[in-house]
Amino acid sequence: MGRAVLLDKVNVPGIRDFGVYREHGGYRSVDKALGEMTPAQVQQEVIKSGLRGRGGAGFPTGLKWSFLDRKSDKPRYLVCNADESEPGTFKDRYLMEHLPHLLIEGLILSSYALGVKTCYIYIRGEFKYLVGILETAISQAKKNNYVGERILGTGFSLEIYVHPGAGAYICGEETALLESLEGKRGNPRIKPPFPAYKGLYDCPTVVNNVETLATITPIIGMGGEAYAALGIGKSTGTKLMSACGNINKPGVYEIEMGLPVEDFIYSDEYCGGIKNGRMLKAVIPGGSSVPILPADLALNTARSEARLLSYESLSEGGFESGSMLGSGGFIVYDEDACIVRNTWNLTRFYRHESCGQCSPCREGTGWMEKILYRLEHGQGRRSDIDLLVRVAKNIEGNTICPLGDAAAWPVASAIRHFRGEFLEHIK
Amino acid sequence: MLRITIDNILIEVEEGTTILQAARMIGGGVVPPAMCYYSKLKGSGGKCRTCLVKVAQGSAKDPRPMPKLVASCSTPVQDGMVVENKISVEVQQAREGIVELLLLNHPLDCPVCDQAGECDLQDLAFGFGMEETETIEPRREYPVVDIGPLIKLHMNRCIHCYRCVLTAEQITKKRAHGMLYRGDTMEISTFIQTAIENDFSGNMIDVCPVGALTDRTFRFKSRVWFLNPMNAHRECSSCGGKVTAWMFGSEIYRVTGRKDRFGELEEFICNECRFEKKDISDWVIEGPRKIKRQSVISGNQYEHLKKGSIIHPIEGTTEPQE
Ligand SMILES: Cc1cc2nc3c(=O)[nH]c(=O)nc-3n(C[C@H](O)[C@H](O)[C@H](O)COP(=O)(O)O)c2cc1C
Ligand code: SF4
Ligand code: SF4
Ligand code: FES
Repeated sequence: MGRAVLLDKVNVPGIRDFGVYREHGGYRSVDKALGEMTPAQVQQEVIKSGLRGRGGAGFPTGLKWSFLDRKSDKPRYLVCNADESEPGTFKDRYLMEHLPHLLIEGLILSSYALGVKTCYIYIRGEFKYLVGILETAISQAKKNNYVGERILGTGFSLEIYVHPGAGAYICGEETALLESLEGKRGNPRIKPPFPAYKGLYDCPTVVNNVETLATITPIIGMGGEAYAALGIGKSTGTKLMSACGNINKPGVYEIEMGLPVEDFIYSDEYCGGIKNGRMLKAVIPGGSSVPILPADLALNTARSEARLLSYESLSEGGFESGSMLGSGGFIVYDEDACIVRNTWNLTRFYRHESCGQCSPCREGTGWMEKILYRLEHGQGRRSDIDLLVRVAKNIEGNTICPLGDAAAWPVASAIRHFRGEFLEHIK
Repeated sequence: MLRITIDNILIEVEEGTTILQAARMIGGGVVPPAMCYYSKLKGSGGKCRTCLVKVAQGSAKDPRPMPKLVASCSTPVQDGMVVENKISVEVQQAREGIVELLLLNHPLDCPVCDQAGECDLQDLAFGFGMEETETIEPRREYPVVDIGPLIKLHMNRCIHCYRCVLTAEQITKKRAHGMLYRGDTMEISTFIQTAIENDFSGNMIDVCPVGALTDRTFRFKSRVWFLNPMNAHRECSSCGGKVTAWMFGSEIYRVTGRKDRFGELEEFICNECRFEKKDISDWVIEGPRKIKRQSVISGNQYEHLKKGSIIHPIEGTTEPQE
């Protein structure tokens, strides 16, 4: 059974309040870091923890921090990515809603490690109700001298601002986010240069996901090595999974990395099995952008080993028979679900959310959506199936930002594993 | 100096040079097509993806190939880089795919488009397009937006390259238009339906690679390949006054900036030169302008016309075609 390090206090009544949070051991990590650690030591613990970015790509956080341009005399920024808009992913929202101080604490620790004096939380427009919760938490922290000038009497000062976006998925892509934060149209930037050198207002910037930054709190609390002892292999620690679809208990769960997919779906501690006693048909394990897996490949890898919830196990088999952990948006389909309709629905999302900047994604997402619309509505041609595969291939890898890949993979994988169902849709 | 090999040709370039710029230094067949990059516009490039190339070796220090094709216009050269463009099947296939997507919603109305004959998309389709399209979906249509008396906007033809937006931002005093909406509904339009009136706004016409922005004062006047492009100049207080005058007989049909061999303007010109000076007495005609041999415009053999001579109408001088 997994150990909770993020959500362990989530059921404490009133935990959103500074006083209650503090009573239950809150802000002890900041006390420890500011009291007895140098910024470099804090970063060292994060490197030791093996923490990988929870925003989707799984990039090692300590390594990302080490890229930050520290020679520049410009100010440095930390930006917390709270744009969470990937279909199926709703863990950051849960975390911010219930444990705002856990995130604030993580932001203070990270800013201290990075030498940052200004931190922004970029939050998606639809999460307006969370803005107040976060701002209350920030002002409470400020009153208690954990945010603001000379924190706890040290030389370290920090301001945290909450900035709501207008509600665009693409503004979750880190460089589009920075453009939006600067008040511009949310178009992803062309890289290089990377944000570590030229980020917000052309200054060195680190962008991390909400869950990533919140996890810094327990890492400093328990020590990097203790955190790394949790989990499996290079997937250290715990991960928040947001489970939805045809399951008995949709919700947000903290799992220890390495939990078998089968246990996650069927045990009563987590998803509680498939709804109405139906059979499992398919799983999208890491948010709508990752490849879909049919039931057998979701539960076991192509080499007949149990599939685990970890970066490595979920991606085993590559695109042929694997998928990705992504952001942990776990979508379950039962035997009655229509893969064609679902794929069309997801493609409609990507078409709508493409920023339109680069031609493969702008034109390709629209084309795929139109073809899938026809297939779903009984106007498909046999040749459409291979055409879809070809269009997806023409998008994949050829775009400015990964949204193009994110739009191509669901289509390519659905056809790879469920071609028969697509054929059935053709009259 | 950095050494880079493109399609097996070695060249030395300065630090900060992009792959595309290096390829242009070599010239000829190794130059990838560029539909959005424009050397004179800061921040251009990266969008159309027609310039994708394969980096078979990242650098001398780190010889690993890059995992994806990269946009040559926005990728800086590393010392010891090995790039494949024409010789890579993967690149050619990807480019075909991109061209197919660029044409997907294009109205294919070349027969009534003023840009025909000098259109980068036509050239690109000729080079990489497929003979038949696989799409049966209706093509995208935008509502018509009037952007003023000088420039005609045909949004349906736009390839969303951003060049006109950057031109307005960097060359003119006030930007009145930009990209609205997103994804495949994204469109070039003026903010709150104003006319684009600006001393240098006409340059948008020249930077537009397709017929989405055309000269309203030249609309439907002639096909470009019936005209003789002549270098001409005049004293102008707002620009350099160096233009190409497109002539039919002794009449000037339109005035554009002078484009180099990569289709880019040598100098931006002002609206007065472009739209108001259409009389031969306004200009000193220097002589015929060199146009790429492959261009249909060269087909009218205007180049044998002598420097400074009065140009005779093309009628009657046509030679039998093979
Ligand atoms: C289209 C698109 C949308 C994204 N949306 C989010 C998001 O909502 N939240 C997030 O944390 N990361 C998102 N990302 C990933 C970010 O670009 C970035 O990798 C992440 O914020 C880095 O944080 P991490 O290293 O902590 O994971 C998105 C990426 C893409 C391409
Ligand atoms: S891949 Fe899509 S979302 Fe990303 S920059 Fe290109 S058009 Fe915009
Ligand atoms: S109107 Fe022309 S220049 Fe402007 S974005 Fe469209 S194609 Fe490019
Ligand atoms: S010219 Fe390089 S992407 Fe358009």
